Amino acid sequence: MGTLNILIAVCLGYVALLFLVAFMAERAALRGRAKWLRSPFVYTLSLSIYCTAWTFYGAVGFAARSGLEFLTIYIGPTLVMIGWWWGLRKLVRIGRTQRITSIADLISSRYGKSPLLAVFVTLIAVIGTTPYIALQLQSVTLSFASFSANADEAGQLGDHDATALWIAAGLALFTVLFGTRNLDANERHHGVVMAIALEAVVKLFALVAVGIFVVWGIGGGLSATLDRIDASAIGTWQVPDGRWAALTLLSAAAFLTLPRMFQVLVVENEDENHLRTASWAFPAYLMLMSLFVVPIAVVGLDLMPEGANPDQFVLTLPLSQGQEGLAMLSFLGGFSSATSMVIVAAIALSTMVSNHIVMPIWLRLAEGGAMISGDVRHVVLLARRLSIAGVLALGYLYYRFSGGGEALAAIGLISFAGVAQFLPALMGGIFWRGANRVGALAGLTVGFAIWAFTLFLPSFGPGVFLPETVFEAGLFGNSWLRPEALFGITGLDPLVHSVMWSMTLNTAVFILLSLLTFPQPLERLQGAQFVNVFQHTGNPQGWSGGVAQAEDLMVMAQRILGPVEAQSLFQRAATAQGLAGYLPDPTPEFLQMLEREMSGSVGAATAHAMVSQIMGRATVSVEDLLAVADETAQMMEHQSQLEAKSAELTRTARQLRAANDKLTQLSVQKDAFLSQISHELRTPMTSIRSFSEILRDAEELGQEQLTKYANIIHQEAIRLTRLLDDLLDLSVLENGQVNLNIQRGSLTALLDHATASTGVSGAGLRIHRRGLDLDVEMETDLDRLSQVFINLIANAKKYCDAPRPELTIRVAQRDNYLVVDFTDNGSGVPRDKQDLIFEKFARVSDQKAGGAGLGLAICREIMSRLGGAITYLPGQGGASFRVTLPMRMRQAAE
Amino acid sequence: MGKHVLVIEDEPNIIEAISFILSRDGWTVATHSNGHDAVDVVRDKSPDLVILDVMLPGKSGYDILTELREGEATRDLPVLMLTARGQSKDRDLAERIGASRFMTKPFSNAEVLEALRELVPQ
Repeated sequence: MGTLNILIAVCLGYVALLFLVAFMAERAALRGRAKWLRSPFVYTLSLSIYCTAWTFYGAVGFAARSGLEFLTIYIGPTLVMIGWWWGLRKLVRIGRTQRITSIADLISSRYGKSPLLAVFVTLIAVIGTTPYIALQLQSVTLSFASFSANADEAGQLGDHDATALWIAAGLALFTVLFGTRNLDANERHHGVVMAIALEAVVKLFALVAVGIFVVWGIGGGLSATLDRIDASAIGTWQVPDGRWAALTLLSAAAFLTLPRMFQVLVVENEDENHLRTASWAFPAYLMLMSLFVVPIAVVGLDLMPEGANPDQFVLTLPLSQGQEGLAMLSFLGGFSSATSMVIVAAIALSTMVSNHIVMPIWLRLAEGGAMISGDVRHVVLLARRLSIAGVLALGYLYYRFSGGGEALAAIGLISFAGVAQFLPALMGGIFWRGANRVGALAGLTVGFAIWAFTLFLPSFGPGVFLPETVFEAGLFGNSWLRPEALFGITGLDPLVHSVMWSMTLNTAVFILLSLLTFPQPLERLQGAQFVNVFQHTGNPQGWSGGVAQAEDLMVMAQRILGPVEAQSLFQRAATAQGLAGYLPDPTPEFLQMLEREMSGSVGAATAHAMVSQIMGRATVSVEDLLAVADETAQMMEHQSQLEAKSAELTRTARQLRAANDKLTQLSVQKDAFLSQISHELRTPMTSIRSFSEILRDAEELGQEQLTKYANIIHQEAIRLTRLLDDLLDLSVLENGQVNLNIQRGSLTALLDHATASTGVSGAGLRIHRRGLDLDVEMETDLDRLSQVFINLIANAKKYCDAPRPELTIRVAQRDNYLVVDFTDNGSGVPRDKQDLIFEKFARVSDQKAGGAGLGLAICREIMSRLGGAITYLPGQGGASFRVTLPMRMRQAAE
Repeated sequence: MGKHVLVIEDEPNIIEAISFILSRDGWTVATHSNGHDAVDVVRDKSPDLVILDVMLPGKSGYDILTELREGEATRDLPVLMLTARGQSKDRDLAERIGASRFMTKPFSNAEVLEALRELVPQ
C-alpha cells in the first residue's frame, strides 16, 4: 500500500516537475533568454520521443521473444541520422521556408496545397497513431499493475481502465497547457521540448541504471552476463533476412514520417545545424538505450518465473530483487517514454486535425464571417485543444475496446507500417519534381488500403472487423484477396507481407500516375520550390557554372540589349577572359554580369529566369516566378505612372495649347502694338494739327472759339504726354529697372488718398469700404501701390455701366498678405476677355474712355514688383479686381 | 446750300475740327459717332459724301464701307476714309473694299478739303 502511494506521489511530483520545467522554458523563451534552449543537445534529446514506452519496455520483450530483431528499430533511425542527415537538412529547410506545420501540411503543400491530400494524410496519421497512444496508456497502466502485483496490492488501484483514463486526462491537460499556449507562426513549443528533453534524460538514465544493476548487480559482472547471453537462445535465433530488411526500412521510414517525429525533427527545429550534432548524438543515444536490452532480457528470462511478461522485465527485475528505488526510477523512465510520446503525438495530430479538418469546415460554415472578424486565433486554439482532447480520447477508447493484452505489443510496428505509407509521397515530393498530386493521392490510397486490409484490420483478430471467411477465402470470396496472402503469395511473415505489398504498390502507383498525369501549375511551382530548396535559399543568385551555350546566350542578349551592345558586351567579356572573338566562356562571373546587364532592360527576375533557361536549368523557381510577378506589378505601377505622365502630358499639352492660343492672341495684340501706338499717338496729334492749322489760317475766329480750340490743343498735348509717360513707365517696370521707394504707411490712408485723387467722392461713383476697419500698417512702395488703387478706382469710374455705379473696396488679411478687392456693380469683364485685360492696349469696351489701355498692364507690373499680384476675380457680379500684397515687402525680393 | 457731308468719327475733338473746316468751306455737315447704326444713318441722310473713321465703337469703318458698297443706293457714294493707323496694309485694304480716298491722321486741313472737292465736284 505504502509503495503504491509513494509511486503515485512520485508520479505526481514528476509531473509537477515537468510542468515546472515546461513553464520555465516557456518563460525563458518568451524573454529571449533561452540560449540553452537552443542547444543542439536539447534538439537531440527531443528526438528521443522516438523511444516510447514500447521501446523502453517493449524492446526487452521484443528481444526476449525474437532475439536481436529489436535492433532493427534502432538501426533504421541510426542509418537515417548518420547516412542521410543532409536529406533531413533539406526536409528541415523546406519546413522552414515553407512554414510547414506538420507532415500533412508538407505533403499537401508540396502537391499544390491540396486540401484533400491534407485531410487524407491527417486521417491516416490519426488512424495510425491512435493505437500507438493506446499502447502508451497500456504500458503505463501495466507498469502500475506490476507494482501493485509485486506489492500484493492488486485491486487497490481500482481497475486499469480508470488508471488509463486518469493518465489520458492528465496528459491532455499538460498538452493543452503547453502545446496550445501560443500560436507562433513557426509552431514551436519551447516548454514542451524542454520537458521532453528532460524526460529523455530520465528514461535513458533509468534504463542504463537498470542495465547496470542487472549486469553487475544480478548478472555477476560483464563476462558472466555475456556467458549467460551466449548460453541463451537469443544469440542463436535467426532473424529472417526479409524481416530484417523490412523492419529496418520500416523504422527508418517511420522515423521520418511519424507525425510526432516530424514535429520534433522539422517543426520544432531551431537551427538546421543542430542536425549536425544530432546526426551522431542521436545514434549514440539510441545505442545507449539498446545497450542493456539483451542483458536485461536474458537475465529476466533466466530469473523471472515462467510466464512473466518480458515487456515488464525492466520493471519487474528490480522489483523481484527488492530494489524498489530502482524500480521506481525504471517506472519513471517508462512513464517518461509514454508521456513524452503522447504529448508530442497529440500536439502533432491536433495541429493536423485542426488545421486541415476543423478549420476548413469552420471557415466554410462561418463563410464571410470569419474573414470579417479576422479573429481566427481563438478558434484555432480552441480547435487545437478540442483536437488534443479528441486524440487522447480516441487513444483511450482504442485501449478500452481493443481489449488490451498481448495484441498491443505488435501495435508499434503496425503503426510504423501505417505512417510509412507517407514515405513515397514525402521522398518523391522533395527529390522528384515530376511527382504530382494525383500520384501522391493514388499511392497513399493504395498503400493505406493494403496496410489496413493486410495488417491493421487483421490485428484485431479474425471476426472483429474482418470476418473469418475473409481470412480463409479472401475478400468477396476472391482467394487472391486474402489479408495475409495477397495475390496468392503465402508463407510470408504478415508484417513483411503487408509492408512489401503496401510499400511496393504505393510507390509504383505513385510513380506511374505521376508520370501519366500532368501537375497543376501550383504543384509545379511548389515542386520546384521543394526540390530546389537549397538553390534558392542557400545561394539564390549564384551560378555554379554548368555547360551553357554561349551562342544561345548571345542570341538572347542581342534580342534584349540590341545587337551592338550585346556584341560589344560579349567581346569585352571574351577579351577579359583572354579569348578571341565574341564568345566568352559562360563563367559564373560572366553570367552574373550578363544578368545584371539584362536586368536593366527586363528586370532582375526575368533576366535570371532567361539565363536559367539557357543554362539548361529549365527550372524556373517559384521565387523566380514570384519575382517576375513582382516585376509585373512594378511594370503595372510603371504603367500607371506612365498613365499619370501621359495625363500630365495631356495636361501640359492643353496648357501649352492654351498658352499658344493666348500667345497667338497676344501676337495679334503685339502685332497690333505698333498700330495701336500709332493710333494712340496720331489721334491726339490729329486734333492738335487740325486745330493749330485752324488757328493759324483763320482770321474770323472769335475769342470764345480761339480759347476753346487752344484748350483742345492743350488737352490733347497733355493726353499725348500722359500716353508717353505710361509707355515709359511700363517699359521701365517691364525691364525691372524700377526703383522702389519702400515706406511705412497705413492702408486706410492710402485708399483715402486714391479715392480723393480720382475725384469720385460724392459725384457719380459711390464707393463703399468693407472689411478691416483697423488701420493696417504696411511697408511697401506706397506711391506705386497708390497708383494701382487709383487706376482701379478710375477704371470703375470709367467703365462701370450700372445706372447707379458703385464700387466696393473690401480689405482682408490672409496670413502676411493683404487682400484688397475692388468690385463694381457693372456688367463686368466678359469671360473671354478676362485673360487679356492685363495686356497692353487691351481695352475691353469700345467706348473711348480716355485711356490708352495701358493702365492694368502697368498695375500688373507694379504688383509683381511689390511681391504681390493683381488678378481678375470672376463671378463677383461686376468687374472685380483682387490686389494681394505682402504686408511687409522684403527688399531682398527685389 | 452746300453739298451734304456725313462725318462718322468717334473722337469729339476731331469731329469738332472737321466740322469747323468743312462748314467754313461751305459744306453742310452732319456727324455720327458710332459704328453700330452708321450704315442706317448713311441711308437715312443720303449725304453727298461720307468721311469715315476706321476705328469706331460698334463696327469698324471697313465693315461699314463694305456694307455701303453692297447697298444699291450707296454703291457709288464717295467715301473718304480716315485712319490713325497709317500702315500700308490698311490703305490696301481700304482701297480693295472700295474707299474713294484714304487718308492717315493727322491730316492737313487743306488736303482734306482738296480731296473732298475732287470727290464731289461743287
